[in-house]
Amino acid sequence: MQRGKYPFIIGFLALPVAVYLVFMISPFAQTAVYSFTDWGARTTDFNYIGFDNYTRLLEDEVFRKAFGNSMFFFITLPVLTIGLALFFAFMLNVGGRANRAGIRGVFGSSVYKVIFFFPFILSIAIVAIVWGTILRTDSHGIANAILMGIGLVDEDRPLLFLSHPATVKWILVAVAVWGFAGFFMVLFSAGMSAIPKDIFEAAVLDGAKRGQQFFRVTLPLLRDNISVAWVYVGILALDMFALVVALTPQQGGPNNASQVMATQIYQTAFGSYRPGQFGYACAMGVTLALFTLVLAIIQLRVLRRDRIEY
Amino acid sequence: MATTVTPPPPPGAAVRRRPAEPGDRDRPRRSERDPAGRVLNVFSHGFLITWGVLVTFPLVWAVVQAFRVDSEIVANPWGLPTSLRWENFSRAWNVSSIGDYFISTVIVVSGGVFLTMLLGSMAAYVLARYEFPGNRVIYYGFVAGLTVPIFLALIPLFFVVRNLNALNTYHGLIMVYVAFSLPFTVFFLHSFFRTLPISVAEQAAVDGAGHTRTFFQVMLPMAKPGLLSVGIFNVLGQWNQFLLPQTLMQQQSSFEPDRSVLAQGLVALAVQQGYRNDISGLFAGMTIAMLPILVVYVVFQRQVQAGLTGATLK
Repeated sequence: MQRGKYPFIIGFLALPVAVYLVFMISPFAQTAVYSFTDWGARTTDFNYIGFDNYTRLLEDEVFRKAFGNSMFFFITLPVLTIGLALFFAFMLNVGGRANRAGIRGVFGSSVYKVIFFFPFILSIAIVAIVWGTILRTDSHGIANAILMGIGLVDEDRPLLFLSHPATVKWILVAVAVWGFAGFFMVLFSAGMSAIPKDIFEAAVLDGAKRGQQFFRVTLPLLRDNISVAWVYVGILALDMFALVVALTPQQGGPNNASQVMATQIYQTAFGSYRPGQFGYACAMGVTLALFTLVLAIIQLRVLRRDRIEY
Repeated sequence: MATTVTPPPPPGAAVRRRPAEPGDRDRPRRSERDPAGRVLNVFSHGFLITWGVLVTFPLVWAVVQAFRVDSEIVANPWGLPTSLRWENFSRAWNVSSIGDYFISTVIVVSGGVFLTMLLGSMAAYVLARYEFPGNRVIYYGFVAGLTVPIFLALIPLFFVVRNLNALNTYHGLIMVYVAFSLPFTVFFLHSFFRTLPISVAEQAAVDGAGHTRTFFQVMLPMAKPGLLSVGIFNVLGQWNQFLLPQTLMQQQSSFEPDRSVLAQGLVALAVQQGYRNDISGLFAGMTIAMLPILVVYVVFQRQVQAGLTGATLK
């Protein structure tokens, strides 16, 4: 295996590493450098201004709002998605097995999985179009039409859904959960069926009831899957860019009520209102990056435990 | 239901069973007389069906609207099509440029996925199978890319691509897609190549195959299941990508052709809806964009589920 090893290694690694360095590593590194400059669209050169961008961030009302909203998604989205996914994974696997040991699906569980999983692979654009038309703020929106039909909503005062600052975030969370839950259900369901039968047999022999089996056996053994899922949804929650852009009025509205850090970065750099503040937008990016990293480390620390091999 | 829908017993349970008698199948066994189990079963089906309806109804509704006329949709969002309006689809394809977006997407995704798989498997193989100084550094360099959201690099990336004169070009977007797909591809295939037996590669070397030949003719075919999973993952990820084309595939001047990809074009159409009412056209465009994904999903359903979930588990 040794003959010609190094030419081969270099030949195989050169291209992937080059592409990766140019289009991935270098932009990230540059973001960090530019965050200390006053680089803008109107100027060709820029000056290093130390931490000025960062202190400016602290006083930026809109960015603070965006930060708060990102935190909102970071907390609600994983809790709801993973909670719902676990619930459905449980429902999917609980029935039909009575006191017999081992986890197996209810009747038609694979059909359920195929259906539940589907929204996850849809383009966010499609999700946005479907929900955007359903949640239209007039009687043509199907949600309003239903509610008016059963008399819950006054014909002249349709619900504003995405156009109301108090509801817009919750609706975005609901749409995101609608899209993500099925995926994690399949994930947890696969995790459940990977748990060996004899563990459940032992639990049944010890007289464990169905609920006890779930909370004392299944859930602890799913811990690895759940912690990975948690970090994964956390990263998705800090993004939310596409849903906000495609679903909310003024792409972050109304009145910045659904502005998140991602949309804020994008608009500071490329938006229509005072765009081109590249240095400043980079400082936002670095803040978010550090933040994501810290949160991911905390999540992994909290959820870490010795791996159980079976 | 609980008595008739009995899954086959696990192998271990067979020992405890009495020999089969006529009518034995219909007779509830001790464990299944448990009424709580039956109630739970009804409950679980109730919840599962409710969620299933919540998931499918909006999509089916949207597809049905694609066959109606705008005035019908506005008058009665519930109705079924009075006749199938295929012209909605041709209008979306031609007038709303869904056709162009579709072709752009196919070009970018096929180029992007092919290069991702080629470069990704090469890098993963070398990193998984060869000891050399710097191996770990490069591997962790790739893996680190998994944790950071794309838009952090967005602004400098825009200028990197602009300096290469590659804004609003297929090859520019393809290279960026490859770079952003490499971390996961390398990560996944790295662990996959590690699980393949060493002896086969050694045998190939004994038979006189060089490193490159061993890779392409021995290792790559063995890694097919892994390649398929990652490949599908990349197809879906790149097909649905929105932020990158939104930034990098904008027309730089009106002389340039519009090379928008589907996700981007659809969102633009949806945002335009406020000005130009063509709901049925929008739904038709959406249906066209959904079809390939649906086909991939139906055909590779097991690999998609196994690949995506397996990917997250690793």
